[in-house]
Amino acid sequence: MRPILLSGHERALTQIKYNREGDLLFSVSKDQIICVWFAHNGERLGTYRGHQGAIWTIDVDPTSTILASGSADNTIRLWDIKTGKCLKTWDFPTAVKRVEFNEDGTKLLGVTEKRMGHLGTIVVLDVKIDVEAEQDDEKVMTIVCEESKATVAGWSYLSKYIIAGHEDGSVSQYDGKTGDLIYNISIHELNNQLTDLQWSQDRTYFITASKDKTAKLVSAKDLEVMKTYPSDTPLNSATITPKKDFVILGGGQAAMDVTTTSARQGKFEARFYHKIFEDEIGRVRGHFGPLNTVAADPTGKSYASGGEDGYVRIHHFDKGYYDFMYEVERERQNKLSAA
Amino acid sequence: MAPSFDHLRDEDLDEDDFDMDEVDISDLREKYEVQLDEGYDTFVVIDGLPVVNEDQKPKLVKFLLKKLATVGKTREDMIYMPLGDDGMSLRFAFVEYSSPAEAAAAVRQLDLVALDKKHTLRVNKLTDVDRYGREGRVEEEYTPPKIDEFQEKEHLRSFMADPSGRGRDQFVMFRGETVGVFWNNEKDQPENIVDRQQWTETFVQWSPFGTYLTSVHAQGVLLWGGPSWARLKRFAHPFVNLVAFSPGEKYIVTWSNRPIAIPDSGHPVLSLDDDGKNYIIWDIETCKPLRSFAQLDTPAGPVDDEGVKKAPKVSWPAFKWSADDKYVARLNPGASISIYELPRMNLMDKTAVKIEGVVDFEWAPATPRRDGVKTYEQLLCFWAPEVGSNPARVGLMSVPSKQIVRSLNLFSVSDAKLHWQSDASYLCVKVDRHSKSKKSQATTLEIFRVREKGVPIEVVDTIKDTVINFAWEPKGDRFVIITTTEVPGAAVAPKTAVAFFCPEKAKGNAIGNFKHLRTLDKKNSNGIYWSPKGRFVCIATVHNQQSSDLEFFDVDFEGEKPEGEKDMTANLQLMNIGEHYGMTDVEWDPSGRYIATWASAWKHSAENGYHLYDFRGEPLREEAIEKFKQWAWRPRPATLLSKEEQKQIRKNLRDYSRVFEVEDAERISSADVAVVEHRRRLLEEWHAWRAAMDEELAEERADLGLVADPVAELLKAKQAEIAPDGAEEQVIEEIMEEVLEETEEIVN
Repeated sequence: MRPILLSGHERALTQIKYNREGDLLFSVSKDQIICVWFAHNGERLGTYRGHQGAIWTIDVDPTSTILASGSADNTIRLWDIKTGKCLKTWDFPTAVKRVEFNEDGTKLLGVTEKRMGHLGTIVVLDVKIDVEAEQDDEKVMTIVCEESKATVAGWSYLSKYIIAGHEDGSVSQYDGKTGDLIYNISIHELNNQLTDLQWSQDRTYFITASKDKTAKLVSAKDLEVMKTYPSDTPLNSATITPKKDFVILGGGQAAMDVTTTSARQGKFEARFYHKIFEDEIGRVRGHFGPLNTVAADPTGKSYASGGEDGYVRIHHFDKGYYDFMYEVERERQNKLSAA
Repeated sequence: MAPSFDHLRDEDLDEDDFDMDEVDISDLREKYEVQLDEGYDTFVVIDGLPVVNEDQKPKLVKFLLKKLATVGKTREDMIYMPLGDDGMSLRFAFVEYSSPAEAAAAVRQLDLVALDKKHTLRVNKLTDVDRYGREGRVEEEYTPPKIDEFQEKEHLRSFMADPSGRGRDQFVMFRGETVGVFWNNEKDQPENIVDRQQWTETFVQWSPFGTYLTSVHAQGVLLWGGPSWARLKRFAHPFVNLVAFSPGEKYIVTWSNRPIAIPDSGHPVLSLDDDGKNYIIWDIETCKPLRSFAQLDTPAGPVDDEGVKKAPKVSWPAFKWSADDKYVARLNPGASISIYELPRMNLMDKTAVKIEGVVDFEWAPATPRRDGVKTYEQLLCFWAPEVGSNPARVGLMSVPSKQIVRSLNLFSVSDAKLHWQSDASYLCVKVDRHSKSKKSQATTLEIFRVREKGVPIEVVDTIKDTVINFAWEPKGDRFVIITTTEVPGAAVAPKTAVAFFCPEKAKGNAIGNFKHLRTLDKKNSNGIYWSPKGRFVCIATVHNQQSSDLEFFDVDFEGEKPEGEKDMTANLQLMNIGEHYGMTDVEWDPSGRYIATWASAWKHSAENGYHLYDFRGEPLREEAIEKFKQWAWRPRPATLLSKEEQKQIRKNLRDYSRVFEVEDAERISSADVAVVEHRRRLLEEWHAWRAAMDEELAEERADLGLVADPVAELLKAKQAEIAPDGAEEQVIEEIMEEVLEETEEIVN
């Protein structure tokens, strides 16, 4: 199917996110506006206005009731998805680079930037999934990253761990309740920062993207690197597709070098790899700037990518995508259906 | 208490007990004696003078002074020529110069210079005579030089035996700072043989038979080879820039743009004679320099538009070798060609071959066999442009007789290029001509049929445009040219046309006239790459930002021949097309089975890497490698099989190929089985891990007293909130249209 081009943002996209049902797509960009779109036809449902700086990150709770966003104006805001009303604003000393709800939407973590003498931190806030409720002002927990600042973070299964990815190419596992550091392991090349961390559906493993041109599939429990996906360009984002055992990687030459390179050399393509066999399967062209963020529809119908060029592209999968199977996969499927 | 003069006792003054003269310090003196500036540094000793008497002496001194004064300041009274008891001179003289530097220059420049026909000067520094000639410094008795025990060397041709038995070819890759040699594995990852960091400083190069791999360093050139890739040869030419081998792999020429400066402390292999030289010709076997040459003073380059003088272009190779390594020649632009004989490196007949205005020359790439010529000869061709009313001239010279075998006069020539066919059967002179107004350009091809009696010349003058590239089929008699209508050097790469030529069919063994076969228009192509075995040719667009096309042709296509080309000795067929973005170089493997294209980081930094094709243009493999610089196939020496044996093999090719096909199929299928097996294992491991993880997660959830799916509960709660009675459930209809079939009917 032809991709749907969403041209609602005026500046580079920073993150896009599907809701759990896969019918809505939220996007944030450096133009300070949050947009929400119908995933099936690309129609814009509305915008959320209020931030006074580039918005770096967004997340939606599992019931698609409230929305959390983090911005360069040093705030995390909660929004009523239905009305667009800003429900709550938390202020921080520095910009917020990442927000994420835990699996039942009761807790929200935020990653704050290291700047102006402030160390990078990961903060945890209690959230009530209720547009009427009064949200707590106080932070439940603050993890200070003294070694290397966190660039991305997320909640594991059962909210048991907080996993953070760092600027120096390492990942850390913190206890989800106490915030104690359990492990810190270098998985990417030294000083190649982690640019993205996205979960599998059950949050038992995750994929990391890094400037070292690789993406890695890591288990949340013991931070074991299970798979590595090498590419030929610095990566900005990676996601795991449900239904099919694929991963999608997005990247391209650094934004600052883009004006001097043609689209061909820039490698502005979404790359599909087989999750288990680590083989590259295909590429999708279209953007004319690096891909800053990719997201997979949790129901497995589509995927979307947001680029430095200011566009979001939604691609619905064709029949061929679902039919594609390695011989050994088909063999296994036949065996299972026979049993 | 320290002794002082006031209370000095007699015992302290017991110097009588100690006699300085008794201590033998001669060994120390010898060892540490300072080379005093004795003032003799300005003196030289001249030997080899004629014997003269008192009366003749002033005449000789005067004559000698003329020579001596060419290198420094000296006077008649500073030449001291002692006479013997019999009143006759002793054949030597002492000369004082005004400075040590001049004395040194005299040694360098006047030594071995002929004074007249009978006498050759020998010039040495007076201090050197003292240092080396003093008694005891030179052993009186002859001791034979020590000859090292014979040690067996590694087999340098071992690379010809592929351990896998598949007759694969090797290649070297230089990427980043690493140089590696590999076996070509077609579609699969090349098999690494050796990989070394910083193996070379600038580039690598194979010797003509593939025996040695050359690496280039600031200190000189190294040759590597054998199964262990050990360092085999070493040529210490400081700051060397370029290297060229003789075709027979016997000699090597090195060039540096910096003249050699021999330090006072000396150089391990080079002598003072090499000081100030740029080229050195070495013997590979002994690693000894044979002769060195200074750069010729090229006439300053033409002044360009801005009035800035262009740096004179270095033409490389400056020294061109005859096919059998017996001669090497260098051009003295506009004047002559100097031919040197090997291995002595003496100028042939002691004089350069004078050719007025000569611009370029080329040796025949093979020892020619001319009709009716039985004596040994090498051929070289040269050309000289028009001077005044004299026509431009192309000549074919036989060496060593220096006889002009054939010459051709031409008019209105703006440039000419000489192209030998690989067997030296033909020589094509591509002549760019201008009209009287010096404007319009056209090209003619003057083809010398070297093997035929009297060397007839055939002219191809049907070409309207400028020819920018020309290439003979190796071992064959067909050629390809690329022409363009636009002026070369324009900002936009011009559109080009590729034209194929071949001889007409003729009776018997004769070769017919060269005829135009076909032209392909509107191309960007600029490179012609013939397979080293002939028949297949790849036309490519290299060094082009916009397009990078590759076209693979067969000139002996076995299918239907077009009606109009029935009497041609070629049947042209386009087999395949390809593209390699940004490619800068193309090279066939020595067997003519594969062709590699690469984009080198030396030229640009976009998408560096290589592609590999088979001879039909089927893409086999591509790899993007950061900072990929160079690829070079390892050449093979000529086959040892006789013509009959080769014919036999060709006849039974089907039997051989059947065996190889079976082997290939087995290898591929076993590789496939391994891949499938590996995937199956990966898949099983993954699903086992997933199952274990699912179980663990469910257990942990149950232990914590949580519900199986927390979100389902939340959603249910939300659902209840939105529609408490569940009645107001909204139904959204979505109409999906799917095209099941499309048919098109044409209605008359």
